[in-house]
Amino acid sequence: MRGAKSAKWVAGAITVALAATACGGSGGEDSEGNKGSGPAGYVSIDVGEPQRPLIPADTNESNGSYVIQSLFTQLLDFDAKGEIVYTNAESVETQDSKTWTVKLKSGWKFHNGEAVTAKSYVDAWNWYANIKNNQQNSFWFADIKGYDDVHPEKGDPKAETMSGLKVVDDTTFTIELKDRVPYFNYKLGYATWAPLPKVFYDDPKAFGQKPIGNGPYEFQKWDHKKLIQVKAFKDYQGPNKAENKGIQFKNYSTLEAAYKDVVSGNLDIIRQVGPTDLPKYKQDLGDGAIEQPYAAIQTLVPAFYSKTFKDIDPKVLQGLSMAIDRDTITKTVLNNTRTPATSFTPPQVKGNQTLDTDIFTYDPAKAKELIKEGGGVPGNKFTIQYNTDGGHKEWVTAVCESIRKATGVDCVGDPKPDFATDLEARDNDEVKGMYRGGWVADYPVNVNFIKELYHTKAESNNGRFSDKEIDDLMAEGDKASSLDEAVKAYQEVEKKLVEKMPAIPLWYYRINGGHGEGVDNVNVDFHGDIELPQVTVK
Amino acid sequence: MPEKTAEKHVTDKAPAPGAVAEAGPAPAKARSLWSDAWHDLRRNPMFLVSSALIALLLVMTFAPGLFTSASPRDADLAEHYLQPPNWGHFFAPDWLGYDGQGRSIYARIVYGARASILVGVGVTVLVTILGTFIGMIAGYFGGWIDSLLSRLTDVFFGIPFLLGALVVLTTFENRTVWVVILALAFLGWTQIARVARGAVITVKQADYVVAAKALGASTGRILMKHILPNALAPIIVVATIALGGYIAAEATLSFLGVGLAEPAVSWGLDVSTGREQLRNAPFTLIIPSVMVSITVLSFLMFGDAVRNALDPKLR
Amino acid sequence: MGRYVARRLLQMIPVFIGSTLLIFLMMYALPGDPVRALMGDQAFDPAVVANIRKDLGLDQPILQQYANYLGGLFQGDFGTEIGSQRPVADIIADAFPVTIRLTLFAFAFTVFVGVGLGIVAGLRPDTLQDRGLLTLTLVLISMPSFVLGFLMQYLFAFQWQLTTPTVRDSMNFGELMLPAIVLGSLSLAYVARLTRTSMAENLRADYMRTAVAKGLPKRRIVGVHLMRNSLIPVVTFLGTDIGNLMTGAIVTEGIFNVKGVGNAIYEALIRREGATVVGIASLIVLVYLATSLLVDLLYAVLDPRIRYA
Repeated sequence: MRGAKSAKWVAGAITVALAATACGGSGGEDSEGNKGSGPAGYVSIDVGEPQRPLIPADTNESNGSYVIQSLFTQLLDFDAKGEIVYTNAESVETQDSKTWTVKLKSGWKFHNGEAVTAKSYVDAWNWYANIKNNQQNSFWFADIKGYDDVHPEKGDPKAETMSGLKVVDDTTFTIELKDRVPYFNYKLGYATWAPLPKVFYDDPKAFGQKPIGNGPYEFQKWDHKKLIQVKAFKDYQGPNKAENKGIQFKNYSTLEAAYKDVVSGNLDIIRQVGPTDLPKYKQDLGDGAIEQPYAAIQTLVPAFYSKTFKDIDPKVLQGLSMAIDRDTITKTVLNNTRTPATSFTPPQVKGNQTLDTDIFTYDPAKAKELIKEGGGVPGNKFTIQYNTDGGHKEWVTAVCESIRKATGVDCVGDPKPDFATDLEARDNDEVKGMYRGGWVADYPVNVNFIKELYHTKAESNNGRFSDKEIDDLMAEGDKASSLDEAVKAYQEVEKKLVEKMPAIPLWYYRINGGHGEGVDNVNVDFHGDIELPQVTVK
Repeated sequence: MPEKTAEKHVTDKAPAPGAVAEAGPAPAKARSLWSDAWHDLRRNPMFLVSSALIALLLVMTFAPGLFTSASPRDADLAEHYLQPPNWGHFFAPDWLGYDGQGRSIYARIVYGARASILVGVGVTVLVTILGTFIGMIAGYFGGWIDSLLSRLTDVFFGIPFLLGALVVLTTFENRTVWVVILALAFLGWTQIARVARGAVITVKQADYVVAAKALGASTGRILMKHILPNALAPIIVVATIALGGYIAAEATLSFLGVGLAEPAVSWGLDVSTGREQLRNAPFTLIIPSVMVSITVLSFLMFGDAVRNALDPKLR
Repeated sequence: MGRYVARRLLQMIPVFIGSTLLIFLMMYALPGDPVRALMGDQAFDPAVVANIRKDLGLDQPILQQYANYLGGLFQGDFGTEIGSQRPVADIIADAFPVTIRLTLFAFAFTVFVGVGLGIVAGLRPDTLQDRGLLTLTLVLISMPSFVLGFLMQYLFAFQWQLTTPTVRDSMNFGELMLPAIVLGSLSLAYVARLTRTSMAENLRADYMRTAVAKGLPKRRIVGVHLMRNSLIPVVTFLGTDIGNLMTGAIVTEGIFNVKGVGNAIYEALIRREGATVVGIASLIVLVYLATSLLVDLLYAVLDPRIRYA
């Protein structure tokens, strides 16, 4: 089990890999030029160069997350069903969803022998949250009381520590939140909540190149753009103790090259088979082929400020949704790498439900009718924005043609040359029609797919969907005193979303990877990551 | 890569000994140079074949409907996904098969000609105008103007073409054919400027230019009436050969994802879409690739023939 | 001679500054903020972005940034990548040796095969082999490198299973062969044509007639008189072509997964790592300037009529 990781970047990362096919080239063997999978008992996997130094709160893309998750363990983690499994924590409990008490397991050590204590957590979180340290994931700590003092919107921090964090004794600390958050413990599974040893504060920059964590593996070497190697940590106490001797994260920039190496036995595991090899990978790999859905969804998000979709009747969006032949597109253009969506949340998260609606069914006649009833698409034409460096062109084109054929509404792609440009247009409210949205679970609860995307004030609500009724329903859910109640409340929100159509869900992701004959027990967790510690070497 | 034409040696650096001699057309027989050339061209099979191909491409550019009734955008995934070519069905929509979107490859080939031809011709025209202008000014006036313009030329020449084009095109949000043309012209004028400068320097020392000056002709008149027509031959030679290169450049850039974009139809785009099928359905990649090559080849042969005709010394 | 070299070197300065400034300005004009892009499409805190930008000096006016960059460059500091926080010099040191290998490989291929073919054809103009060569080179020139690259990949790797489709070890000469051939083939075609044309032309030159009349052995006529004169344009072309080979590698390296400069610069462009793009581009411009100077000096060696004052 490894922690939840915000892998909205997964799409981005695979995409960078795909783009690199167009032009990449930083693949290759590991530095010693030794073929095969490295030292005996080690498992090799295609994980590219992390974008940032290896600090838990500064990593949000999938390459870095893989490495971070092997080196660090948080308080808790999730099993394949999305249920909480305590790792470093003995328990995380609350009475009122506002004050949480964390009890740590004793006897845990960092890789340098230092004991993991309550202070290791509290100091780390204070450091991560501090605006001066520029951590990308600092906003994850925003629920905690006193966050605004260490991370003001402008200017220098007023305090060095968050008042909501209190160390009780060596293995106990309490977290006081600003408001109730019934699912707060689920958030703690994200890799950002990892503790740090004391040596970190001496020189964070050097630490980022040579991290010392408390996870199942300890850091060995980082040969930039080629290889990162970690070895099993002998004194590891958690349930996810390594079953192998270590891991080599090898950098390939084309999926094809990595795949070829898996087939020829030079690489053990590939996370995603490239489009060129997808039609034949099951033949090539036999039992080694991995095909499994995970908690991620792709959507089309209308920009509700754009000329086309300003004050649009949701019926039009329902019509457009029904004009998309999800079945055929996933089977052909997408090579079965996706499963057609039937709701706003993927099946792997708590609270996923069967919605009583037909808006996800392909029905050209009804689609036309709904669009007509709703007053049509202004100008009878709209665009879908995507980044060309990400392998999205194919499905965007197919979706557009499906809509055009079924309803006569003209739909064209609005390509941005790379992800950076795509994001800038979204941030600045410059999307002209719809944009391609993607979301991978941070924590396996439906809230993550609803509140963070469709609440008026949600950071990731780039379509600027805003509906008072929805916001109120969410506020209600957040007041719930137990997780189950919150999940139920959000299920009600989801039912309402069908009427309001803040986005058009397209499909859920599947991982299409594989492994060679040298390894076994290759499993996938709920957000599509390979469970590396479980992998055994034959 | 347009800057790589065989003519480079002729024009590149002033000190090249062969350059001066080669670049100069025979000024005294200006009229007969052109008619001689035409006379030669009519008998050159390479010229005839390439002209025929180019004519065909031009018709495709302006009247694609004559070649196919299918639309390049209409997709039928359920029926035609990656359907292989049916070589017997000449000019039918399924002749060359269907691509990964279920679109007729034949229709996309026909409609894709437009982008290639427009970019090729457009860039060549712009580059010729811009380069000739800058080269003429530099060559005719000499002195500090020449130094300044020559250094400017060096600056642009020094920037690797592909890299420059990648960066320039990334700045544009809506990359239409016109944007691609402007971007390529912005980076590509240097070669013509150098050729023009060299040609003008040779021509301006000719007796008839000196005579015209002595008769008090205005600078503009001398440039337009006397210098330009006589310096034109080497410029045309370089331009026609570069044309094929610009077509290849458009395809390369579209392939890299910074050229034209869907729903525009471009062979380069189709190649980049088809690359995923290299193992599975290679025809989706090969057919547009071959089309790019044939088109570039036509223009190269055309340029070669024109060069041979205008520069008899090379024969 | 010395004065000529000095003058050329002085002229290189404004050209170098001009090209780097141009690339710098173009990078600056690109939409998309590298710091923002780091955050991905998940939620992020604008305050953090602003803070990082400030630390990196990205909030200063463009000319100030350029001055800072040049200042650093003259002290040998290429800057630091925004994302990975690695020195750009390290990235260059990783990528350049690979591309230099690839380029030299392609270059050697171009020179030997190209000049060889050119000589074979040029010595007997208008024969069958001459026509054949002309056709072959035309075909090669008309294939953009991605077409040729895919063709080779398809034939050699997928149809005949002779090689792996992509390069696994970028420092391995054997694996670099296919990409080097693809990279070099365009230049090869030009070189062959140039050599052929130039040989055919010089065959009719007066000095050749003189040499034949003097009764010199054929080996000497061709080897010394003909070759020396015919290779001048070829040398010019080759000199200016090294820079082109290095950037042409963007496409070839991509297709064959070679981790050289082309890959580095493309990736940097996508991530908006301005310092990396400008750094690599400046080096390529330098290589280009240096080779063109070298070529001009070579003239003097090859052609005694040329003397630089």
